[in-house]
Amino acid sequence: MSVDIKTVAKIADLARIAVREEELAPLAGELNNILDWIEQLSEVNTDGVAPMTSVVEVDLPWRADKVTDGGYRDDILANAPSTEHGFFSVPKVIE
Amino acid sequence: MAKYIQGATGEWEVVIGLEIHAQVLSEAKLFSGSSTKFGAEPNTQVSFVCSAMPGMLPVINEECIRQAIRTGLAMGCEINLRSVFDRKNYFYADLPQGYQISQFKDPIVGEGVMEITLDDGSTKSIGVERLHLEQDAGKSMHDQHPSQTYVDLNRCGVALMEIVSKPDMRSAEEAGAYFRKIRTLVRYAGTCDGNMDQGSMRADVNVSVRRPGAELGTRSETKNVNSIRFMMQVIDFETRRQIDILEDGGEVAQETRQFDPATGTTSSLRSKEEAHDYRYFPDPDLLPLEFSQDYVDELAKNMPELPDAKKARFVEDLGISDYNAAVLVAEKENADYFEDLLVELSAKCGQDKAKIATQAANWVIVDLFGALKKAGKPIIDSPISTAHGAELLALQVDGTISGRIAKDVFEIMIETGQAPEQIVEEKGLKQVSDTGAIEAMIDEILAENQDKVEQYRGGKDKLFGFFVGQVMKKTQGKANPQVVNQLLRPKLDG
Amino acid sequence: MSELTRLTLAEARDGLAKGDFTAREMTAQHLKAMEQGRELNSYIVETADMALDMADKADHMIRGGNATGMTGIPVAVKDLYCTKDVHSCSASHILNGFKPKYESTVTANLWQDGAVMLGKTNMDEFAMGSSNETSFYGPVKNPWRATKADGTLDSRDYVPGGSSGGSVAAVAGHMAIAATGTDTGGSIRQPAAFTGLVGMKPTYGRCSRWGMIAFASSLDQAGPITRTVRDAAIMMESMASYDVKDSTSVERTVPNYEHALTGDIRGMKIGIPKEYRMDGMPDEIEKLWQQGIAWLKDAGAEIIDISLPHTKYALPTYYIVAPAEASSNLARYDGVKYGLRVEGDGLPGMYKNTRAEGFGDEVKRRILIGTYVLSAGYYDAYYLKAQKIRTLIAQDFAKAYEQVDVILTPTAPSAAFAMGEKSDDPIAMYLNDVFTVPASLAGLPAISVPAGLSADAMPLGLQLIGRAFDEETMFRAAHVLEHAAGFTATPKVWWGEK
Repeated sequence: MSVDIKTVAKIADLARIAVREEELAPLAGELNNILDWIEQLSEVNTDGVAPMTSVVEVDLPWRADKVTDGGYRDDILANAPSTEHGFFSVPKVIE
Repeated sequence: MAKYIQGATGEWEVVIGLEIHAQVLSEAKLFSGSSTKFGAEPNTQVSFVCSAMPGMLPVINEECIRQAIRTGLAMGCEINLRSVFDRKNYFYADLPQGYQISQFKDPIVGEGVMEITLDDGSTKSIGVERLHLEQDAGKSMHDQHPSQTYVDLNRCGVALMEIVSKPDMRSAEEAGAYFRKIRTLVRYAGTCDGNMDQGSMRADVNVSVRRPGAELGTRSETKNVNSIRFMMQVIDFETRRQIDILEDGGEVAQETRQFDPATGTTSSLRSKEEAHDYRYFPDPDLLPLEFSQDYVDELAKNMPELPDAKKARFVEDLGISDYNAAVLVAEKENADYFEDLLVELSAKCGQDKAKIATQAANWVIVDLFGALKKAGKPIIDSPISTAHGAELLALQVDGTISGRIAKDVFEIMIETGQAPEQIVEEKGLKQVSDTGAIEAMIDEILAENQDKVEQYRGGKDKLFGFFVGQVMKKTQGKANPQVVNQLLRPKLDG
Repeated sequence: MSELTRLTLAEARDGLAKGDFTAREMTAQHLKAMEQGRELNSYIVETADMALDMADKADHMIRGGNATGMTGIPVAVKDLYCTKDVHSCSASHILNGFKPKYESTVTANLWQDGAVMLGKTNMDEFAMGSSNETSFYGPVKNPWRATKADGTLDSRDYVPGGSSGGSVAAVAGHMAIAATGTDTGGSIRQPAAFTGLVGMKPTYGRCSRWGMIAFASSLDQAGPITRTVRDAAIMMESMASYDVKDSTSVERTVPNYEHALTGDIRGMKIGIPKEYRMDGMPDEIEKLWQQGIAWLKDAGAEIIDISLPHTKYALPTYYIVAPAEASSNLARYDGVKYGLRVEGDGLPGMYKNTRAEGFGDEVKRRILIGTYVLSAGYYDAYYLKAQKIRTLIAQDFAKAYEQVDVILTPTAPSAAFAMGEKSDDPIAMYLNDVFTVPASLAGLPAISVPAGLSADAMPLGLQLIGRAFDEETMFRAAHVLEHAAGFTATPKVWWGEK
């Protein structure tokens, strides 16, 4: 499986990374090198093998239903590039 | 019975599936310890986890697991002892992680069937595909600033149950009945408050049309519809729109649409081509969610009585009519009111519940609900407590006041919230059952109305009511009607 | 260079306890060395004032008789750890100016025990790299330089390995007694090998990941970088803990690892996996490995040949799993809540410009690969397949541990290379981690021990891989290996004031 320029543009869009037109071809080349190399995995027979879900055998811990966090808005907003009236502020979303 | 829609070129059938999002009732969020309370100042119920600060990790709230299982049990669905949390990846301003933690391939609750009752009394089975747990997003506000959108993350991370139906509904009415049924169930189970104004329940509505018996048509999905009325409008609008397209020789596009409550119409949000590629994969910050059948059994054992069981009990054990029972169980608070009232009434007048249940049901449904509806009040704000209601009914059962007087007392209770015994005492409304006094009164009335007595005796039976009325008038309604009847008949018949 | 910066952690601990010197004196000497060593670019931020405050507190603890093994020890902290109100950016421009309002569990454990933070160390951006050349803050220089045939030092700069390049350069350059690293596919062990240090990655789940800026969640683990195995044992005990805030952390008692260093490995079974003998591997690596086998055998261990048949698939598997997780973990860097924002056409434009400018080339490459392997239609062929092979790799190890206690391999296929040598060829760079990645995929503890020098006098390391949660046996073997190797070389100082 290899990617063409169109696919690279689509992936970049999904990943929300701006890529200039002239960068697409070299990027496709780089990605294809890696994908070709990864391709060797297809020779491994994985019939009936369960995918790894966790490397250690432990149970998912459950926490009690208690309010133990929150209530520090200043700390939440402290690093934000733009805030207004206690909100995060972003360029207007048009739908 | 299939309900087809007549188009210009023949009959059409609408096919509807619903994805209902119900907010889990819990103190804290699904994966963080911040509060779920509604209406707080922006970003005050947000932790470093909710705001997706670097290095923050999710830890699951056990209550959300319990509530999802209990909802699944309430709906009679299969409970999956192992489920998996996946990341659903997409970018949006109110989705700080850049992904929503949800369940994709392995949900916590599997298939089930819900029975709905339609207006004509018929029933229908609607399949449930699954229920899964997921995080809610935050809130974007687009109208606060000309060029900026404001983001509040208070709701971000609150637990939602997404309940997915099979495409089994064939009309807006069926979809409405199904939604109402789910809402009633979650409210009975105490797993969601069902409060649609605050967005605690909302639906994505999938609609397609087809010729009767044909393959499924292409569907549209209208997102985030937040009332049953709107949902029914969406279905009607989408049905008409899609039939019009098809009858004009066009093709329905598979797309996501949004509903505009102001116009009652839907409009395209994005097409299938623009559809998200969510890149689901198991969240590596979490392990699979596993619990034992014993755990599920324990939850099942402690489930409250659900509406269908309650209705059956009302009909079978209490002798209440099917219709009345259905009305009483439709809202949990109504059923609770009725049951509390019945317990108190039974204790007050020492009678078996079954004997007095019908009278109590009629009073609750006709008198009380009527008055509350007029006042625009929900039952929890009723000016008449269950204790006062039971007292009023007991006064009737033991013959202290007549049904007519009871209506007057009821009006005063609604107005003032006073206890009925106090009203009866203060206004001297006790029923007169003294046969001597009533007999004397009857004699007086018969003497004053000799002409009518003659007419009655001449065969005009209907005048019996006139004489009863006269007695009541003389006693200002306080005479015991049964005693009046018993005494009047022999005297008139002479 | 002052003498207190030359101490091992254990020597420093003992000297502090005896009152030979104070934490403040030791910290001050390190701060001076850091100033002189800025040319190495190992620190992104120096926290001198904080360090002196912490040293005073440590001295107070020591005087009060409340010292632990880490009290007063000056440590360097990888920039990937969130440290409260201090620059924590994973060496990425996208986290520009980010100062968290919280402290990672691992660093909080260290400060609780009285350790002193000297500053935040440079690293490959988001820990994605094997040479520390992908940092937004520029490459780190290895304090070691190759010795030419005429006995003089090469004038070229060498990479320190990665991604914990700043951490190893700080310790090897005597600008910290020890450092925290993080290891996703070898990011502690490989740079430790490149700089003549001990680098240890514990079993997945031993250390809390809470407050560590995520790269690949199912692989990331914290670990110590030190001068000796004993130092690593002391520091590991402080860093490890069960943390209710990390669902993947494991509730187990943290042992006293130093007690495990008995020097006695008689009867211990050491596995030698034949698949680690790779085509094109330099002779000196093979020779070092054989030497390691001989040392352990001489110490009374039993050497057993084993097979880990899926070893060759570990690296490509890793390059599906890690980028996939990273593509999702790095989605939160969107210019909304923290870090860089570059305006653009509306919200989507802002996202795209911010992420295009904020991420470096290698990070972008991995995000794109990760996005691709998870995208509709490719998930089964790539991600699911990789997770299945990961199961096979873990099974290989499980089977091997039915026979052996510890596995011995080289740490890296070569010594440190000159800067720029591999930076144009991603796959050549990825191959640096060929020996470290399998243990990462299986979540096993592993340690790199300095074991010798290459022909041009650059350090080389040997790796020991232990059973899950049996760091003690691994430490014991590593301690014996370290003594047998007797590695005492330190880099000749060519930087700063000579």
